[in-house]
Amino acid sequence: MRWLRRNIVVFAGLLTLAYLILPNIVVMVFSFNNPAGKFNYSWQEFSTEAWQDPCGVADMCGSLVLSLQIAFFATIGATVLGAMIAFALVRYRFKARGAINSLIFLPMAMPEVVMAASLLTLFLNLGAQLGFWTILIAHTMFCLSFVVVAVKARVLSMDPRLEEAARDLYAGPVQTFLRVTLPIAAPGIAAGAMLAFALSFDDFIITNFNSGSTVTFPMFVWGSAQRGTPVQINVIGTAMFIIAVLIVVVAQLISSRRKHSAQSK
Amino acid sequence: MTDTQAGGDVRLSGISKNYGSFQAVHPLDLTVPQGSFFALLGASGCGKTTTLRMIAGLEDPTTGTVFLGDRDVTGLPPYKRPVNTVFQSYALFPHLTIYENVAFGLRRRGIKSVKKQVGEMLDLVELGDFAQRKPHQLSGGQQQRVAVARALINHPQVLLLDEPLGALDLKLRRQMQLELKRIQTEVGITFVHVTHDQEEAMTMADTVAVMNGGRVEQLGAPAELYENPHTTFVANFLGTSNLIEAEVVSTSAGKVVVSAADATLRLPADRCATAPTTGGKILVGVRPEKISLLHADEAAQITDGRNRLTGTITASSFIGVSTQFVIDSPVCPDLEVYVQNIERDVRLVPGARVVLHWNPEHTFGLDAAQDIDAGVETVGESAS
Repeated sequence: MRWLRRNIVVFAGLLTLAYLILPNIVVMVFSFNNPAGKFNYSWQEFSTEAWQDPCGVADMCGSLVLSLQIAFFATIGATVLGAMIAFALVRYRFKARGAINSLIFLPMAMPEVVMAASLLTLFLNLGAQLGFWTILIAHTMFCLSFVVVAVKARVLSMDPRLEEAARDLYAGPVQTFLRVTLPIAAPGIAAGAMLAFALSFDDFIITNFNSGSTVTFPMFVWGSAQRGTPVQINVIGTAMFIIAVLIVVVAQLISSRRKHSAQSK
Repeated sequence: MTDTQAGGDVRLSGISKNYGSFQAVHPLDLTVPQGSFFALLGASGCGKTTTLRMIAGLEDPTTGTVFLGDRDVTGLPPYKRPVNTVFQSYALFPHLTIYENVAFGLRRRGIKSVKKQVGEMLDLVELGDFAQRKPHQLSGGQQQRVAVARALINHPQVLLLDEPLGALDLKLRRQMQLELKRIQTEVGITFVHVTHDQEEAMTMADTVAVMNGGRVEQLGAPAELYENPHTTFVANFLGTSNLIEAEVVSTSAGKVVVSAADATLRLPADRCATAPTTGGKILVGVRPEKISLLHADEAAQITDGRNRLTGTITASSFIGVSTQFVIDSPVCPDLEVYVQNIERDVRLVPGARVVLHWNPEHTFGLDAAQDIDAGVETVGESAS
């Protein structure tokens, strides 16, 4: 009884962790399945067939490349614009500052389906041709708010005297930005960029409304789910997951080694 | 060690700063001679930091001109002025090592081989072993020394210090005061030091400018300011003063005679901030340590020609080297007297009748038309 009481926090933690990770494990395990029919929903036998031929499903890898392209450009656009908005909001006093601070949250608060339908209305009225560019514009737009929030938090905690000190030490405006402001704000900007990439790569609702005949990876998965789910979908999911974990582990290793070497010298 | 040229004075001419309708600094003329240790002293919000920032170029003056030597630098951005600052929060770059922090200014000016200079500078502030650490791995005192090294390595014409010791504890602050004074003597650069700590200003500076409400109240050597304050603010802000309201009875042969309640006091005419007129009001001041205290039974011992007052002890506190008494007198209900603990008179306890006496030469006179309590520090302010 006593033992249980002492370890209850550990138990709760482990259970929550399992709750978080279990779905990912299912994705991984089923990437090694060899389903009997068209649907990869029940375990049959172990097989590496899908891993040996990840692009074996018609059109899937094309949609994957398209999704990665869109996510890449949307991330760059949203990060550059969002970081500039965040700096402006924190560092400068101007008339509409309060209003803009609230307006930034509007896209986050708006139900996505409504946003998607409205965007379609907008594009159709403008006579835009639906496809790569309309998806990119839409993605950049909804990622922007998240980047602003992430970068703003970082810039807010930055001592403005650091930039004054740089200017005092013979760094002009450009040098001050490159040598002091940017490196210190970098973790916030990186967090915003990663969030933007994940959101864009993932997006289904807004993309579905505004893509015309273009098919992104989430749309491909949704479309194929009507007719049968290829194991390759799980392979792509698992690969993405492993790449993400590797990036985090490598980043941790680098920063801990840097800290270690700084202390030992 | 220095590349400062002759005529490297800092000269502020008619300089002022407004924030909207609030005037932070009133038009101000100030000359800081080259090579001197100059302190701007005042309570928070008196305009001292704004003045410093205008010299650094971090703040644009509303009116007036900043000269370094004969050169008008008013329009120059901070990165083009031969001036460096030690910030209150140190503002060390958190993402750079101590070495790179110190090398920052040299590198920005395109100097390639910085190793020798950085090494020498880190040795000067005794931090040679810490070159590869990050700022957050250092204590407050060490960070402060890095901030000094980072500024000094550039051999500025003027080093500006914005309350650089404010974040340190008392013992470390004393140590750093001596350290900074040593460095200043060694490198011979003009230091302009902003502080709210009057003791710090008096210990370190050759010249102190006392600021109040955006104006310089008085400027001079520490001893001069302490002995001859010209305003009640200076009299109260620098140390403690007993100020007594009195009426001028006569002025002749350089001596002023005044009366207050039951007492008649004398003071030298040349120690009055404004010319006294017979029948006019004046504030008579004397520092607590100039006063001698005797039990009323021994009043006869006091020689003629000394100023004397009677009163009752209301409080006494023993602080080791001296005892501080508060005395209720007809001329003033809370006179302060500091008595050295050489031979303690055990009868001097609260309630005892006493006589206070001092040399009239130690008395100063101030204009009576000002707030008698101006510049009296509250406990909270002096502790911060």
